[in-house]
Parts: sequence; structure tokens; C-alpha cells
Amino acid sequence: MRISTLFYTIKQGFVNIVRNKWFSLASIATISACLFLFGLFYAILTNFQHIVKTAEEGVSVTVFFDEGISEDRIREIGDMINHRVEVREIVYKSAEEVWEEFKVEYLGEYADGFTENPLEDSANYEIYLSDVNMQSTLVTYLESVEGVRQVNRSEITANMLGGINILIGYVSLGIIAILLAVSVFLISNTVMIGISVRKEEINIMKYIGATDFFVRSPFVIEGILIGLLGSVVPLISVYYLYTNVIVYIGERFHFLSGLLQFLPVEEIFSTLMPASIAIGVGIGFLGSIVTVRKHLKV
Amino acid sequence: MAGKRRTRRSTAEARDIIVLDNVSKSYSTGAPALNGVSIRIRRGEFVFVVGDSGSGKSTLIKLLLRELTPTSGGVWVNGQDVVRLRHRKIPKFRRNLGIVFQDFRLLKDRNVYENVAFAQRIIQVPTREIRKNVPAILSIVGLAGKYKAKPKQLSGGEQQRVALARALINKPSILLADEPTGNLDPKNSWEIMKLLEEINQTGTTVLVVTHNREIVNAMKKRVVTMKKGVIVSDEEEGGYIDED
Repeated sequence: MRISTLFYTIKQGFVNIVRNKWFSLASIATISACLFLFGLFYAILTNFQHIVKTAEEGVSVTVFFDEGISEDRIREIGDMINHRVEVREIVYKSAEEVWEEFKVEYLGEYADGFTENPLEDSANYEIYLSDVNMQSTLVTYLESVEGVRQVNRSEITANMLGGINILIGYVSLGIIAILLAVSVFLISNTVMIGISVRKEEINIMKYIGATDFFVRSPFVIEGILIGLLGSVVPLISVYYLYTNVIVYIGERFHFLSGLLQFLPVEEIFSTLMPASIAIGVGIGFLGSIVTVRKHLKV
Repeated sequence: MAGKRRTRRSTAEARDIIVLDNVSKSYSTGAPALNGVSIRIRRGEFVFVVGDSGSGKSTLIKLLLRELTPTSGGVWVNGQDVVRLRHRKIPKFRRNLGIVFQDFRLLKDRNVYENVAFAQRIIQVPTREIRKNVPAILSIVGLAGKYKAKPKQLSGGEQQRVALARALINKPSILLADEPTGNLDPKNSWEIMKLLEEINQTGTTVLVVTHNREIVNAMKKRVVTMKKGVIVSDEEEGGYIDED
């Protein structure tokens, strides 16, 4: 291809957009609307997952030992637990440490009356899980270990979080499916509107002896540009919306600040931006290719 | 003007630039549009193809453009077997044919210059040369002063001249005109015909499908008359045969 032909083709892509400005605007608006919803749901879902994940990381199982157990046995049990796949982290607290914490937290100055440690059998392992759903398996195992007196688990939280996780999975699948269906419908409609103008143009080009490639290229460039514009608009709106909403919720509901840990906007956009641009450009590219292809057989 | 004329094999076919050999074309419904049509058109000839609607004239043009392929029989244009032409070779094949339609088929949103230049852009003529070629061809068809006008600002006759300029700029060896005067008044029709004759005199083979009795009768060219898909007469210096 000659350089001048290349420039002509690219220029025609731009000219086409301006020439069919209503069609272009409709397409950009359609893609923008879909990607805006996509961005919004992505931001909400990732935040929700983030919140659930933070909560999950706090879920722990505590293991207490038989009275008079030896330090060696405790270390042995620790090793065994550490090798389990369910375990992310394990923390040992000796009876002295537990007592110190208890004194500080609940007794304050009254603690002075104690000469011995009343919690001498309270040495324990605090086990953090790699996956909340595996808590039951781990607990069953721990209860069977010799030397273990008691296993405290956070049953309700674990079940609830596991459920929420599955729910989020289904909800996001559903929403993405609906969005895809809606965007395909809207885009095929807008493309159909533009066809009548294009049909004649493509016909003439083909009669004069233009190759399929030559006919297609300006339309493809046009489609890619429309897709690109259609993804930039919602990215900017989601960016401003997100940063403002975070601030608003933070100020308005600051009593929830311990529970609601929002992801920083940069983290959301590190995935959302390439994904949106890829989807937008992809839709524009495919939309134009498919539309033109129908009319190339002259 | 750019656009190289291809040197073809100089076989016995070389004298005949268009050959239809026993061509039939049936569409899925109804009677055949063409039924056993054979024509030979020599290089440099001027031929009218006349007939009523439904006679098969349009099908003939479509076969020559390779928009359709025949149900049976052979079509050769410029020594090329059109029936066996591969899809991706069609564009190059068409560049050797200039085409003019009844409804002009100009790109509505581009001006006269761009419409004509377009035919050169698709064969990748450098812009520098296009800038020389387009004004030259526009002055031949008498539109040098209107290169900036959009099609809808022009009269029918002027639009057809633009179409003619576009058809000619790549120096095709054959010019196909499908009812070129169908939408024009008598004065403009004659001017277009005169242009076609001039083009023919430079060596281009011209094939004109038309209804225009007066023009056919006055021009004393070869006339092929078609009726219901068959050729009913083929005369040198012929005239329009009346149906009744």
C-alpha cells in the first residue's frame, strides 16, 4: 500500500465520522452507555469483593490445648497445622501473652491483685484461613488432633461470607450477560440505521473496482475511532463519579468507615481502563467489519 | 492520465474485446433472463443494445461486470474468462471497464473533484498525479469550472458528465453505459451521446444499453436488439426496431 493511500484511508475514516455525525454520535452514545454501566458495576463489585475479602481475612479459628501439655507437643501441633492447605497464617499466643492482653483490656489497675496467671491453660494458636469455605474441614481435622482441648470457630461469619462471595459471582455474571445483550441489540440497531447510506457508497466503490480491503479500511478505522471515543467518555465519567462518591460516603457515613474500605480509584482503573478501551474498540471494529461485509458481495 | 493499459495475449480473441458464447441466465423464479445469447464485439466498436424492459439488457451488463455469472455459456472480456474469474480478482478486472449508470451513482457527499479522483485513489495513483489528471478529464467533459460543486447542485446532464469523467479517468478499454440518457432531456442526451462518440473515436470500445429510439436511429451504429432474453436482430448501422 502506498503511503498516500494509507493517509487517504485514515483521513476518510475521520471524514466519515464527521460526515455521518448523527450516526457516529448515536454509536458513540450507545457504546458509552454500555461501558458506563459496565464501569459502574465493575467499581461496585470489585469494592464489594474487596470488603468481603477484608472481612474474610479477619476470620480465624482458635485452638486450645489439653491441661499440662508439653511445649514440644504444642510446637508439633503448630507444625502440623502449618502444613495444611487451608491455613494462610498461624499465630501462637502463650498463656502469659493472653493474660497480659486480658489485663490491659479488661482489668486495668485491678489486675494487681493476681499473683498467678488465672488463664494458665489459655495458650493457643490463632489460625487465619486461606479460604473461608474450608473452615469446617479444618475444624474437623483440628478436633481430631491429640492434645487439642477446644476449637473455637467463627461459624456464622464464615458461612455468610462464603454465601456472599457466591452471590457476587452470580450477580456479576447476570449483570454482564444483560449488559452484553443490551449493547449488542443497541449497536446492531445503530449500525442498521447507518447501512442505507453506506450501501450505495459501497456499491459504487465496488463497481469502480475497489478491492474489499480498500472499501473496508475507512469503515474499520471509523469503527475503531467510534469505539475509542465511546470508551473514553464513560471512563472519564466513572472516574469523577467514583472519586466523588467515595468522598461523599466517607463524610456522610463515617461511622461505617471501619467496615467500608473503598479501593483507591487507581486500582479500579488499572483494570477498568484497558478493559473498557478493549471492549469499545472491539465492538467498533466488529460492528463495522460485520456491517460492511454484508455489502461487499457486489 | 495514469492507468496502464494491459498488454494481453494476442490470440484470435484479441480482435473481439467482448465475447458472449451461448449464454443463458436463469434466476430462481420465472423465465430465463437470457437464453442462448451469443455476441462478438470488436475492439473499438460502438454498439447499442436495445430492447424493452425484461428483454435481458440489464442482465447482460451485469454479466459483463461480473456482478452475475451465467447459468451456462461463456463470457470473455478483454481476453479474460469472466465466468472463472476469482472473487478477489474482480476489482482489478473492473478497473478496465468504465461504467455509467442511468442514475449516475455519484457519491453524494463528495464534490465533483473527489468523485472523479476516487476512481484513481482506488488504483493507488499518487495524489500528485491525481491533481493533474482530474482537471484534465473534467475539461474534456466540459465541467472544469464546477469541480467544487456537490452532485445535488448539478443538473442531470452535468451529473452524468461527472460519472463519465469518473468512468474514463483510468483509461478503460471498454465503456459500458446502462441507459445513460434515461434521466436526461433531449438536449443533454445528445451531448452525452456526442461525448460517448468522441470517446469511441479515441479507441475505447463503447457499449450503450438504451431505450432512446431517436438517438439510436440517428447515430447509425451497430444495433443489437433483444427480446425476452434472446437476440432478435444484430445490424451494422441499424435502427430501433418497433415492437408492433
